[in-house]
Amino acid sequence: MQRIKFLEQAPRFLFFTGKGGVGKTSVACASAIQLADAGRRVLLVSTDPASNVGQVFGITIGNQITVIPAVANLSALEIDPQAAAQAYRDRIVGPVRGVLPEAVVKSIEEQLSGACTTEIAAFDEFTALLVNSTLTAAYEHIIFDTAPTGHTLRLLQLPGAWSGFLEEGKGDASCLGPLAGLEKQRSQYQAAVDALADPLRSRLILVARPQQATLREVARTHAELNTLGLSQQYLVINAILPAAEAAHDALASAIYAREQQALNTLPAVLNELPCDRIELKAFNLVGLEALRHLLSTNIPISAQSETHTVVIETPSLSTLVDEIAQDGHGLVMLMGKGGVGKTTLAAAIAVDLARRGLPVHLTTSDPAAHLTETLSGALDPLTVSRIDPQVETERYRQQVLATQGAQLDAKGKALLEEDLRSPCTEEIAVFQAFSRIIAEAGKKFVVMDTAPTGHTLLLLDATGAYHREVTRQRGGAEVHYLTPMMQLQDPKQTKVLLVTLAETTPILEAVNLQADLRRAGIEPWAWVINNSMAATTVHSPLLQRRAVNELPEIHAVATHHAQRFAVVPVLKAEPVGVERLLDLTAGRY
Amino acid sequence: MATIQVFDPALCCSTGVCGVDVDQELVGFSADFDWAKQNGAQIERFNLSQEPMIFAENAIVKGFLERSGAEALPLILVDGEVALAGRYPNRAELSRWTGIAIAEAKPQSSCCGGGSCA
Repeated sequence: MQRIKFLEQAPRFLFFTGKGGVGKTSVACASAIQLADAGRRVLLVSTDPASNVGQVFGITIGNQITVIPAVANLSALEIDPQAAAQAYRDRIVGPVRGVLPEAVVKSIEEQLSGACTTEIAAFDEFTALLVNSTLTAAYEHIIFDTAPTGHTLRLLQLPGAWSGFLEEGKGDASCLGPLAGLEKQRSQYQAAVDALADPLRSRLILVARPQQATLREVARTHAELNTLGLSQQYLVINAILPAAEAAHDALASAIYAREQQALNTLPAVLNELPCDRIELKAFNLVGLEALRHLLSTNIPISAQSETHTVVIETPSLSTLVDEIAQDGHGLVMLMGKGGVGKTTLAAAIAVDLARRGLPVHLTTSDPAAHLTETLSGALDPLTVSRIDPQVETERYRQQVLATQGAQLDAKGKALLEEDLRSPCTEEIAVFQAFSRIIAEAGKKFVVMDTAPTGHTLLLLDATGAYHREVTRQRGGAEVHYLTPMMQLQDPKQTKVLLVTLAETTPILEAVNLQADLRRAGIEPWAWVINNSMAATTVHSPLLQRRAVNELPEIHAVATHHAQRFAVVPVLKAEPVGVERLLDLTAGRY
Repeated sequence: MATIQVFDPALCCSTGVCGVDVDQELVGFSADFDWAKQNGAQIERFNLSQEPMIFAENAIVKGFLERSGAEALPLILVDGEVALAGRYPNRAELSRWTGIAIAEAKPQSSCCGGGSCA
């Protein structure tokens, strides 16, 4: 059996972290099985909303510690962060439902529907498992398929965060708001944070795919959590294409080269971490046997003699652009989780509109800026601009600190600064910057690689803040009968394209984003499935396997989730420049 | 001394930084609120999203919400009577209600919020 570094002398708590779709839950499951097989008593805790842990072991698990009959020494527990947040909302809102007017109750619920509430509520569920209790005393290892974010941990470590809250029994602060209604004592949260930061008790395993963007993101997570004392960190790079596969065709060879390039140029901070590499497997990670093999190499790949070519209908991005072009002008916003390729697709759509002679303003938050540079001046009707999220967020932070911050004492200021590091802050700062350009969409096309979540829009709309913002951007001119929210809700004026990948977790994340937008009265106009293997013809057996795995996901998008959709194939090379971007929209890879 | 109760709309936080743009009116009022409190005023703030029960239990506040909705907040009660609605009080008003003298003649909060009189 292969030596797995992150399982050697494993401490009591193991946390697997990484963005959706990298395989955290599979790796966590495989680790739990391996430790249990070695005779350790293990508790596996899954917070994956797409958790198939129960399915893997053939039983229903749920919110109770459940013994897994198929694996000796193993128990499991599934925490649903959404359900935890809902329970919290019910606790606050329940007593006034039917007492206060319905619209008022809704406005309260919206305030409690942000990502922060979900995150803090999930941490609350964790706490009991991290502090010594009879509940967990029997387990030598507790394995989590997630880890709290730096933002949550910093908030919990700030003394200022607590003063108004649990101690006085009520509070007024910020992102920690949700904790006001949570039951546990400060000492318990403190003990949980201490356990996380103790290298003798906790190990953090960063899970990534061999892709440059993913690895950069992992490097950021590493640095942030390291600063907070989570110094015991390991790296796992999952689903690497084996060298032998490169020989099968040009696409496989291009993917192999791209992955090797990413692995050879790991960010410096990651190079210092103990690292395990896991090869892409030809089997689906479902079932006990498959998971037992995930962490081992040298598995006999059952010779796949039939080279089945996958044939499904995968409409190209160009077909969507045809329809967008008919309106002559409008706002096109691409929305999706980080790393799904929003910037590239926004550029491709803008170029495809511009080559038809239509006036287009492409505006991106692309941190690398190379894409924007290659397009400047490339096509006559195309203007390109860029918003740097870091610069915008920093400007916003400074503005707030100079106004509110000036009045606060040291504790209050520290808390305000932390609130300003929340994900919402960046979203709002970037959206404010974009809203200066949105007004242009009445005359031409405006294509943006970002969109605010429904939650943010509802908050902005409820307070009139968004309306004020746009009115100000338009130089105070009166906006007739049309609120900015109505502009975003009207598909004739605004089209939201949800970008995702043909894998379970990314699709589920997109479904959640869609539900969030619908809450704000916005119906996503189309879905775009990016980086699809099924949209190519590939001969490598491993990649064919991946293409086949995508089929049910694409089918679900086509029949359940999307009004209209497009599939963009995995590309041989980065789509830099007008020609390559047009290849992309046409579905040439 | 009079008791002042301020019923805020459903704010993510009292400063309004996470969720909405920085509302200058709110910034100004947060400072005036601190000023009044430090000078011994009996003044309290309630956030609709964190303490909705307090809104529901007060007949005047509940009636106000039923008539005008959450968008008409804030509502300010002085000794239990409606003193102001739809905007926050400025320092002069707080001074009049509480009897606390304003030391410097420097107005701290603007006449309006969010640039509507720009």
